[in-house]
Amino acid sequence: MLVFVIRRLLQAIPILIGVSLVVFGLVHLVPGNPIDMLMPPEASPEVIAQMKAAFGFDKPLYMQYLLWLSRAISGDFGLSIFNSTPVAGQLMDALTNTLKLAILAAILGFSAGIALGLIAGFNHNRWPDKIASVITTAGVSMPHYWCAIVMVLACAVLNDWLPAQGMGDDQDPFLDRLQYLVMPVVTLSFIPMGVVGRLVRATVLEILGREFPGALAAKGLTRWPILRHVCKNAAPPVLALMGLQFGYLLGGSILVETVFNWPGSGNLLNIAIFRRDIPVLQATILVLASFFVVLNLMVDILQAAIDPRLRR
Amino acid sequence: MSQFQAIGSIGVPSPPPIVAIPASPGYWRSVWGRLQRDPVTVAVGILLLTIFFVTAFAPLVATQDPTTGSVIGRLQPIGSAGHWLGTDETGRDMWARLAYGGRLSLLTGVAPVTISLLIGGILGITAGYAGGLVGTLIMRTMDVFYAFPSILLAIAICGMLGSGLFNSVLALALVFIPPMVRISETVTSQCRHLDFVEAARASGTTTSQIIRHHMLANVLGPILVYATSLISLSIILSAGLSFLGLGVTPPAAEWGLMLNSLRQSIYVQPYVAALPGLMIFVTSMCFNLTADGLRSAMDVRLAH
Repeated sequence: MLVFVIRRLLQAIPILIGVSLVVFGLVHLVPGNPIDMLMPPEASPEVIAQMKAAFGFDKPLYMQYLLWLSRAISGDFGLSIFNSTPVAGQLMDALTNTLKLAILAAILGFSAGIALGLIAGFNHNRWPDKIASVITTAGVSMPHYWCAIVMVLACAVLNDWLPAQGMGDDQDPFLDRLQYLVMPVVTLSFIPMGVVGRLVRATVLEILGREFPGALAAKGLTRWPILRHVCKNAAPPVLALMGLQFGYLLGGSILVETVFNWPGSGNLLNIAIFRRDIPVLQATILVLASFFVVLNLMVDILQAAIDPRLRR
Repeated sequence: MSQFQAIGSIGVPSPPPIVAIPASPGYWRSVWGRLQRDPVTVAVGILLLTIFFVTAFAPLVATQDPTTGSVIGRLQPIGSAGHWLGTDETGRDMWARLAYGGRLSLLTGVAPVTISLLIGGILGITAGYAGGLVGTLIMRTMDVFYAFPSILLAIAICGMLGSGLFNSVLALALVFIPPMVRISETVTSQCRHLDFVEAARASGTTTSQIIRHHMLANVLGPILVYATSLISLSIILSAGLSFLGLGVTPPAAEWGLMLNSLRQSIYVQPYVAALPGLMIFVTSMCFNLTADGLRSAMDVRLAH
């Protein structure tokens, strides 16, 4: 097991380096210097040179990369080109807000998905299966930004149940602030519900098709102990998927955050793109992608802990 | 990595345990037969064909111009005279815009998947068949791109390249290549070790013949099923890019873009504002159900 963990940790390093190269390279997809695009056309060459030096854009590319990477590793993402505040602080606030949404959406989506998947899998081709499958397929086909708009429509426009956007004031009582969470969390939970539900159903069906559940039943085990055995066998792939889905919730919340005006990392990224604020852009993508790599790593290790066969 | 990789921020799970099936001559005919007996797939197929024909022949179906409207007649409700689906925020006919808009939405949904199917399929089959150093090199490179949540990568690429139809197709194609490579590689390496391939090699068949005659016939099926379910994701994501202002640019009609511009009018005409999203939802659901139908029709284990 220890050998497996060490090997997986070592495998993650080249991936992380590759990720940092891609994030850095993204900015240079477009010809021209980020500062040139930002400065007014009448700016004097001296000012432009000064700005380039201030943000480090005057050095050769590989130097820029190494400098940026070494600073990023120590948690310094430089200053935002737009408002000259430290990127790290902005990013931390935004990530905290996104994490709130993602964790709650994951809890809601995963539990609903597992429940629906189990119901469908154990009632193959009967009506509970059909109903659960329609719900989960709708979940994966749902454009979540549209779902967000429909939620606003139903809960804030046609009825006055919930606040339409924002996340409330810090001074507000806790319960009032909780109201702001409801719609974004429910919207975000649809996709993980659908994806997890479909996988749980497929995995349960596949396992029930093997010989051991039949053997257990022949041995005289009742429904619940058999369910426990099936769940144990279904856990590794479902766990892997949940890990990935959580990563997607963090990275993919950009559309939902835009609709609900939620000050999270997606919103930060969206604003950075339109302001062409390169340091913010790079830092956000790098942190989210690294988080994703680490999450994958943890899932792999957890899977191997459950199922020794995976410790290849 | 587990073979149950989920793909996409709006994850489309990879087909659960994909098994390369030795295709007998009558295999595709039996798949077709099973598809015709599945009422859901038939209904979904008819609906998809309807959507396709309405958008393809939009000028015949919708008589009004999708890009001009009168400000006096803006934001008419559903069912008003002359505009049975109402009008948008600049008074353009919603029915015409939805019909014409489907063209771009379907194009930006199908084109990236087709491109990634070609490139990713070739890379994956190469990696799976060759194995060794070439295979490792291809697969490790893909692992790097796998580390990005797909929507994040698409948004980042589009954000840097700038908005536009071409850039959004390019960004999504790049996003879909790694999962496509992974699926093709898995299926190909499974198939490579089957007895009949060994037999063909032992009897002196050349590599190119083995790939063309023995591998492709068995490998294409699962890859195509996967591609079908990716189209659903692609439609959602490309409309999402337009929704953020990173995809198709106004005044062109496209469902995601329409949804975004109508978002401001949600308090005036709530139902009209929800229409474009409904179309994205229905179309994407159709592609998902088609993929499900294909998958179970192609699964010989279920047939017996």
